[in-house]
Amino acid sequence: MAPSAAPVLEVHDVVKTYGGIHALNGVSLELLPGEVHCLAGENGSGKSTLIKIISGVEKPDSGTVVINGRTHRHLTTGDAIRSGIQVIYQDFSLFPNLSAAENIAMLSELADRRRISSRSRIRAAARRVVEDLGLRLDLDADVADLTVADRQLIAICRALVNDAKVLIMDEPTTALTHTEVERLFTIVRRLQERGVAVMFVSHKLDEVLEISQRVTVLRNGAQVASGAAADHTPRTIAKAMTGREVSDERLVGEVPPDAPVLLELDRLGRAGGFSDVSFALRAGEILGITGLLGSGRSEIAEAIFGIHPADSGTIRVAGTERRIRSIRDAVHAGIGYVPEDRLTQGLFLDVSIADNMIAASLDSYRARGGLLDRRRVRDSIADLFRRLRIQAPNVGAMVRSLSGGNAQRVVLAKWLDRKPAVLVLNGPTVGVDIGSKEEIIAILREQAAAGMGVIIISDDIPELVTACHRILIVHEGRVVSELTGDEVDAHEIQRRMAA
Amino acid sequence: MSGRLSRLRGPNNEGLLVAVILVVVVAMALSSPAFFTAGTFFALVRSSMVPLIFALGVLMVLISGGIDVSFPAIAIFAAYSTVKWVIGAGADPGPWVIIAIAMLVGAVLGLVNGVVIARFRLPTLIVTLGTQSIFKGVLISYIGSVYISAADLPDSVNALAGSHLLDVSGGGYLHFMIVPVVVVAVLVALLLSRTIFGRSIYAIGGDTEAARRVGIDVVRTQVWLYVLVGALAAFGGMLYVILGRNANPQSIVGTELDIIAAVVLGGASIFGGRGSVLGTVLGVVLVQLINNNLVLLGIPSTWQRAAVGILLLLGVGAQALGARRPNGHSVDVEPPLEREEVAA
Ligand SMILES: Nc1ncnc2c1ncn2[C@@H]1O[C@H](COP(=O)(O)OP(=O)(O)OP(=O)(O)O)[C@@H](O)[C@H]1O
Ligand SMILES: [Mg+2]
Repeated sequence: MAPSAAPVLEVHDVVKTYGGIHALNGVSLELLPGEVHCLAGENGSGKSTLIKIISGVEKPDSGTVVINGRTHRHLTTGDAIRSGIQVIYQDFSLFPNLSAAENIAMLSELADRRRISSRSRIRAAARRVVEDLGLRLDLDADVADLTVADRQLIAICRALVNDAKVLIMDEPTTALTHTEVERLFTIVRRLQERGVAVMFVSHKLDEVLEISQRVTVLRNGAQVASGAAADHTPRTIAKAMTGREVSDERLVGEVPPDAPVLLELDRLGRAGGFSDVSFALRAGEILGITGLLGSGRSEIAEAIFGIHPADSGTIRVAGTERRIRSIRDAVHAGIGYVPEDRLTQGLFLDVSIADNMIAASLDSYRARGGLLDRRRVRDSIADLFRRLRIQAPNVGAMVRSLSGGNAQRVVLAKWLDRKPAVLVLNGPTVGVDIGSKEEIIAILREQAAAGMGVIIISDDIPELVTACHRILIVHEGRVVSELTGDEVDAHEIQRRMAA
Repeated sequence: MSGRLSRLRGPNNEGLLVAVILVVVVAMALSSPAFFTAGTFFALVRSSMVPLIFALGVLMVLISGGIDVSFPAIAIFAAYSTVKWVIGAGADPGPWVIIAIAMLVGAVLGLVNGVVIARFRLPTLIVTLGTQSIFKGVLISYIGSVYISAADLPDSVNALAGSHLLDVSGGGYLHFMIVPVVVVAVLVALLLSRTIFGRSIYAIGGDTEAARRVGIDVVRTQVWLYVLVGALAAFGGMLYVILGRNANPQSIVGTELDIIAAVVLGGASIFGGRGSVLGTVLGVVLVQLINNNLVLLGIPSTWQRAAVGILLLLGVGAQALGARRPNGHSVDVEPPLEREEVAA
């Protein structure tokens, strides 16, 4: 169906402030049936806030939301859902204590205003979407026991369980593999043919341009660009977002040949995860590990950090063999780990930025008598806050109030504050905007230059190419390929991964 | 933990509880032949009835992510004021009408809790601590502080108090009120597992903000929940009056921690979102078993409370272990570390 004239959703002059911060400063946009509209913007530019206003989660200070020609003054989440608006929230908003099936189907049960909950109906509804998407999910498992990727898939399924007229997706692909993203896009195109209007938020600009017809760019809560996707390239969008040229140039120096080896894995293995993994990481080096989801790339990292310890082989840190059976062992050995799922694993959401930053390193601030050296604590918090350019009114703000990308910087700050010898990062720039990504990589380079060993686990190939001296490709639990120097190139990596 | 073991343990530790109860029963039976009689069993049932009704209310509140300490005050307020009013009016509308009136009174008191908690988003513990004192104060100062004995209770109540479902020769009987108690337990179980209202309570306990986002009317659900829990507490209060054949405005209040302990022991999470009626029944039975029969094991009765306390710690400990069970995924990786670190 070609986009017809009457918009299904209009937003007029929406303003939203939190305390003193203008999250949205008079934003207007409209969504036509059958179009995919991309919303782009740096971390904290107001994308999620706009979405929450459209779905009735937040009330705007001023401005209106019009759905199907009806102006809503006091839109509730229930109204929005019954008007056909479905949202995949950035934080998934799932129920950890309920089964996958119930998470998927509860929304439609509520929208139908049912009173009796039927397990068979719930299962049938959930299975229908899951099969539609061609997924394999354990529908009976509690969501708390699932991986991040599975949770994201469940959030997607939930948004598709009802026949939506408007589908809004706030970074729906952060934890997904390439094939899953392709499947999602197939579904999106199918919905589009049925006349569903789709709003899509992502920091992966190639992805955005592949799927969308129109692009709106926000910067600091204001609309700075809006137009046909065909008129844009990742570069022009990045420029509109940041107001400057952004580079993703490969910038890696030489690792000094006499740099000491910080971490050495010798035939490390874990039954069911990976086997025979050996490599050495030197001070100042940034090593990339990539592979498809399920290849064992995350498992290697989790073994190094003692989350799921290895059951064969050895780990040496700075020349001494270390038995890493727990996270505690790893931390004592001088290893830091930034996990995949920043929102639920890395942070205390209802605690201030400052407290989160120093949570992992309190020990090092012990003054005489076991008390905290407050002055030093304050100084390093201020330093990290500035260096990582975290956007928040002050360090006392709760992490929950941060935008996704800024929360990610807090996780990073927390580990940098521990000054580990080796820092392992799993998807360090997932959900981080293109400008901040550049900055985070610059920070990692800086840390490496100062003598840290850095391992980046990622499926963002351009990012690996930009940052890493060396890249290992993992396939079915084994390191199948190693690229160094000039071999590190996006096409070459893709070629070897496909092989 | 192996898959089969964790399945036996049940989603809320029910399996573990059954095992503990069996161990206690066997220990008691071995140490005292007097234990294994119908009389002991019926006494256990009888002493579990009132706590179970209260526990069901506490269970629902815990699942929703709250904690309620006002139910004993609601129970005695509703029961005492209803009985006193009926006696004063000189009427005897029959026990079921009296129970219904009391439940209405309880519902109104629950509404007070619900409105304050849901509309003003205040912490449930603080609110119910406050309302508990208010309800108790109003009861004693405005409604009455006089003990009502069996002689003054309406005849129909006394008649119900003496009705047995089953008599066993050689002592012991099963009280008739077990019937409505079982019915209520089954209804609560169905409400929690088979209605959208019940599932919404789990959802709210799991993540209140997410509940709002899928279109659950959180305020309305919470208000109704507390109304229901108020009515349930009132039923427990009437049950107490009927079984004890007296109405004492000073009674019941003070038992809240034992009840909450039994529910937590029954696998309900103090953080909300988890709990089952089956587990709660088992938790109540275990606590009563200990309260009634610890002497049989040669342990002085002064140790009763300590024993309940130890059980509670074990129950919460089992929950914490369950939350940390390795499941092959990278879920909750960091919090344990950080807790250690912060404590260090
Ligand atoms: N509940 C809240 N309390 C206070 N400030 C908030 C709250 N929610 C959002 N903000 C602020 O509003 C601004 C916009 O945040 P928003 O989450 O909309 O950003 P975003 O564009 O979605 O970013 P990201 O790409 O990182 O997800 C940020 O500065 C954020 O700190
Ligand atoms: Mg966002």
